[in-house]
Amino acid sequence: MDTRRAPRAVIDPKVRKVGFFAPPELSQPGLPDPIPLPSSSLSPVMIPPPRHSSENLLHHARPLAPTVPGASSVSIEGSVVAGGSYGSSSELFPAPMSPASSSYSSSRFVGGGDGDYCLNGAAVASPGRGGGKAATSFPRGGFESPAAKASSVPASGLTTVSVVNDSSLGIRGREKADNGGGSALEAKDQATNSKQKKDKTTKAERRALQEAQRAAKAAAKAEGNKASGTVTSGTAKPAKAIKPPHKVDNSSVAASEKKGCDRPPEKDRKKDVPQPRMQYDDESRVEKAKRRAVVKQTEARNRVELFRHLPQYEHGSLLPDLEAKFFQLDTVHPAVYKAGLQYLSGNISGSNARCIAMLQAFQDAIRDYRVPPEKTFVRDLTAKISSYVSFLIECRPLCISMGNAIKFLKTRIAKLPLTLSESESKASLHSDIERFINEKIILADKVIVKHAVTKIRDGDVLLTYGLSSAVEMILLHAHKLGKQFRVIIVDSRPQLRGKILLRRLVEKGLSCTYTQINALSYIMHEVTRVFLGASSVLSNGTVYSGVGTACVAMIAHSFRVPVLVCCEAYKFSERVQLDSICSNELGDPEVISKVLGREDVNYLDGWANTENLQLLNLIYDATPSDYISMIVTDYGMVPPTSVPVIVREYRREQLWI
Amino acid sequence: MWWRSASFILDRQQNDAALRPDTSSTITPPPPTESSSAMGLPTDHNPNISAYYQTRAAHHAVVTSDWLAQAQAAAVVAHDPPQSTSTADPDKPFSVIDVFNNWRRQPDLAEAVAAIRALAAVIRSSQASTMMQLEIELKKASDSLKAWDTTSISLTAGCDLFMRYVTRTSALEYEDFNSAKSRLIERAEKFGEISYKSRKIIAMLSQEFIFDGCTILVHGFSRVVFEVLKLAAQNKKLFRVFCTEGRPDRTGLRLSNELAKLDVPVKLVIDSAVAYTMDEVDMVFVGADGVVESGGIINMMGTYQIALVANSMNKPVYVAAESYKFARLYPLDQKDLAPALRPIDFGVPIPSKVEVERSARDYTPPQYLTLLFTDLGVLTPSVVSDELIQLYL
Repeated sequence: MDTRRAPRAVIDPKVRKVGFFAPPELSQPGLPDPIPLPSSSLSPVMIPPPRHSSENLLHHARPLAPTVPGASSVSIEGSVVAGGSYGSSSELFPAPMSPASSSYSSSRFVGGGDGDYCLNGAAVASPGRGGGKAATSFPRGGFESPAAKASSVPASGLTTVSVVNDSSLGIRGREKADNGGGSALEAKDQATNSKQKKDKTTKAERRALQEAQRAAKAAAKAEGNKASGTVTSGTAKPAKAIKPPHKVDNSSVAASEKKGCDRPPEKDRKKDVPQPRMQYDDESRVEKAKRRAVVKQTEARNRVELFRHLPQYEHGSLLPDLEAKFFQLDTVHPAVYKAGLQYLSGNISGSNARCIAMLQAFQDAIRDYRVPPEKTFVRDLTAKISSYVSFLIECRPLCISMGNAIKFLKTRIAKLPLTLSESESKASLHSDIERFINEKIILADKVIVKHAVTKIRDGDVLLTYGLSSAVEMILLHAHKLGKQFRVIIVDSRPQLRGKILLRRLVEKGLSCTYTQINALSYIMHEVTRVFLGASSVLSNGTVYSGVGTACVAMIAHSFRVPVLVCCEAYKFSERVQLDSICSNELGDPEVISKVLGREDVNYLDGWANTENLQLLNLIYDATPSDYISMIVTDYGMVPPTSVPVIVREYRREQLWI
Repeated sequence: MWWRSASFILDRQQNDAALRPDTSSTITPPPPTESSSAMGLPTDHNPNISAYYQTRAAHHAVVTSDWLAQAQAAAVVAHDPPQSTSTADPDKPFSVIDVFNNWRRQPDLAEAVAAIRALAAVIRSSQASTMMQLEIELKKASDSLKAWDTTSISLTAGCDLFMRYVTRTSALEYEDFNSAKSRLIERAEKFGEISYKSRKIIAMLSQEFIFDGCTILVHGFSRVVFEVLKLAAQNKKLFRVFCTEGRPDRTGLRLSNELAKLDVPVKLVIDSAVAYTMDEVDMVFVGADGVVESGGIINMMGTYQIALVANSMNKPVYVAAESYKFARLYPLDQKDLAPALRPIDFGVPIPSKVEVERSARDYTPPQYLTLLFTDLGVLTPSVVSDELIQLYL
C-alpha cells in the first residue's frame, strides 16, 4: 500500500491541536502560532492556548475540589482513621519519641553554628553557655524513649550521654582557657576531611575502632587537652584512635556534602538521561558505596544468580544496630531517622504511606535546618536532603513514588529565588511539601475514588489483591453509596497484607471472601471486575506493583475480566521496563522459609548453610500493559498507553510547578 | 451461570432482589410493530427509547419507499422554527431542548452541531450581563440537554466541547461582554460549517488507503463513510463495496442506493453474512457514534462482530469519525454504557414472554481497530486518549 501513497495535497494533518481554537489573530504573541490554517479551513476542535500558566493550574486544580464535600470525604476520612495508612507518622511511633526528638534537635541547634552535625561535638567544642545547658538538659528528655523502644539502647545510650555530660562539664573550664579554639579547630577538621577519607580504613576496621573509642572515651576525656592537640597537628591514625567517635561520622557527611555541592551543574546536564542504577554485582562499586554508607550492612549469602545485581542484606541485624546508633548518627535528622527505622521495621509500607512519611520527615528537617556559615541555603540544603535520602535508601530501597517526590522537592529547592530570606524559603518549602501531599496524594485519591466508583455496578463481584490504599477507599466509598457488590480479597504469603484490608472491609459491613492466590483460577469465574493498586506505572504502560499482581492480572485477562489499576499520577515514571528482573527489591529470604504457626514445617531450617540452595523473595513484579484494561488516575480513566502522555503533559509544568 | 463456583449461592441471594424489577419491565412493552412509528420523529420523548437512534433511523433508514418525502417534509418543518422560537413568542419560556429538537430534525446536521446551535440560542436569548452569569446559564442549559438524551454521545461531546470553549478561550478574556457574546455566537454558527468541512478532510485523508481493485465492507449508513466512498468514486478509483443490510432500520439499503447512483459496484449483504463474505473483503470501513477514551468506538449494533471477524481474518478495520465525536467515556465492556434502546420490527408479533434485545449500539474495543481517520489526521486508537487529555484536562 505504501507505494500508492501520493504526496499529501490535503491540509497538513500533522497539526496536533485539539479543541476549539482561538482565531489566529487573537493567539497570544508569546506562544507559537498555533496553525497556519487558511481562515476558511477550520478544524472543528482546536483548543485555545491556555490563558496563563497559573490559570491553567487553576483548571487542573478545579476538578479536584468538588470531591471534598459530602459523603465521599466522610468515607475517606473514615478509612484514613481506620486504616492508618495515611496516618501521620506520630501515631505509628510511640508518643514519647517526639518530645525527645524535639529536645534533641533543639539542643543541637542551640549549641551554635559550628557544632551542627554532632551532638557530642557541640557539647565538647561549643564555647557558649547555651550549648552546655542544652547538653545537660538533653539526657532527661531523651532518656525514657529509647528505654521503651529497644532494650539494647539504654546501656550504650546512657553511657555515651553521661560521658558527654561529664566531658562538657569537665571541659568547659578548659575550653574557656583555650580561648575559643573550638570553632577554628572544627573548620580545620573539615579541611582535612578529604585527606582523611583517602586513608580511611575499611568499614569493618572503622567499626572496630569506633567500639574501641567508646570504651576508651572516659580516658580520652581525661586527656582531652592532649587529644585536641593531636587533632590539630594532623590526621595520623593513632590520633584517630583517641578522637571522639563523632569524627568518623563527620567525615563521611562532609564527603557526601562535598559531592553534593559539586554535583548540581553536571546533574543538570544529565537530567534527561536517568542515572544508571547501582548494580550490586559490581564489586568495586559496592565497596565504594559501602564506604560511604552510614548504616553498616552485611551482604546476604546464597543469593539467586539472576538477582545478584540487586541489594540484599542480612535482615534482622540492621534494626537493632540502627536503634543502638540513634545518638551517634548525628548526620541524620531525628525525623528522618525515625522514618528510616519505620521503613526498616515494616511499620510503614505501601508507597503512599512511605512517601508521605518521608515528606513529613523532610518537612521537620527543613524546619530545623540552619544554614551553616559561608554556605548557601540552596546548595547546602540540597546536599543535606541527598544525604538523608541515601540514609533512607540504606534502610530500604526507594520506591518510584518517593523518587518522584524527592525530585519535586529538589527542584523546588533549586528554584527558590535567591532574594528570599532563610525563614521565608523554609516556609515556602514547607508549604510546597504540604501542597504536594495534599494535591498529589490525598486529593488525587479522592478523585480516583470518584472515577472508579462509576465502574462498580450493582451485583458486581470485585476482586482485589493484597492491600492498596486507593482500592480500599474505592470499595468503602462504593459501599457507602449503597452499591450492592461483593469483594474477593486475594492474598499471598509472606506478607499477607490482604488480611489488613479484609479486617477493615468486614468492619464496615462489606461482604467479603478471602482466598489465597493459589485459588485464583477457581474464583476468577465469578469475578466481574479486578481492582489493583500499583507502586508505579511505567511509560510503556507496564504496571510495577507488589509481587503477584502480574499473576492476578494475567488470569483475569484470560478470563476476560476487566482489570482496573488505581494509581495516582505522581507515581507515573518515565522509565520503561520489560521485566521484573532488572529492577526490583529483594525481601528477607528467611520469611519464606518459615510458615507461621507451623513449627513442624522446618524443612528449610538452616538453608543458608546449604551451598546449592537459594531462596528468592521478590517484592515487586511488572505487569505488561496487555493485561490492563484501564488505569484510574487523578486525570481520569485512561488506557495504559496514555501514561507517557500524562507524564509528558503534566510532569514539566505541574509536578515541578 | 452453570460454571460458576460454589459462592454463586451468595450471588443469588444478593442479585435476586436487584433483578426482579428489571425482568418485569422488560416483559411489558411489546415492541411497536407498525413501521410508521419507527419512521415518525419522536414528538414526545419516551425515556425508554433512545432519541438519538430514533432520529438516525428517521434520517438514514429505508423502511418504506416514501421515506424521502417524509424526511423532506420533516426538514421543511424544521427549517424555520429556530428563527421563529427566538423571535415569535417571547412570552413562552425559552427551552434549549425545543431549539435543539428543531435543529436535530435536519437530516444533514450532526447532532453535536445541533447541540451547539441550541447553546448558541441560549446565549442569544440570555439576559446575563456578565461572563460568569452567562457561563452558569450555559452550564445549566447543557446539563439539561445532556440529561434529555443520555444515550447520545455526540450530544454530550458537543455540549462539553462548547463549554470548554467558553470557559477556556483566551479570545474572550480581554473583551467587553457584548463582543465576547457575539464571538461565541459566531463560533457556534461556524460549527456546522466546520463539521461539514471535517468530513471533507477525512475523505481526503482516507483516499490513499483505498486502492484500485479493492473490496470494502461497510456497515450501516454513515455520512462520513459515504463521503469517503463518494470522493474515491470521483477520483476514478476502481473498487467495490459490500453493504450490510443494517437491521433493524436498514440503513445499509440507503447507502447502497446512494452508491449505486454514483456507479460504484455494490453488493448487499445481510448482517449475518459478514463472516461468509469476509475473505473477499480487503478492508472494513465503519463510522462511529462516539469515539471513547480507550480508542474504541461506539457504533451501530453489529460493528463489534464485524470487527471481530475482520480481526480474526487479518483484515484492516478503518473508522471514519469527526473529532467532535471524541468523548470522555471509558466503557469496560458492552454493558458498561447507558443502554440506548430502540424499537425493533420483526415483522410478526412477538409473544410477550419473549424478551427482545433492543440495544441500538455496541462497543468495539481498540484492539480490533486498525486506524481512525479523523480531521486531526490518521490516528491509531491509542492517540485518541492523548487528544482527549489535551482537550479536556
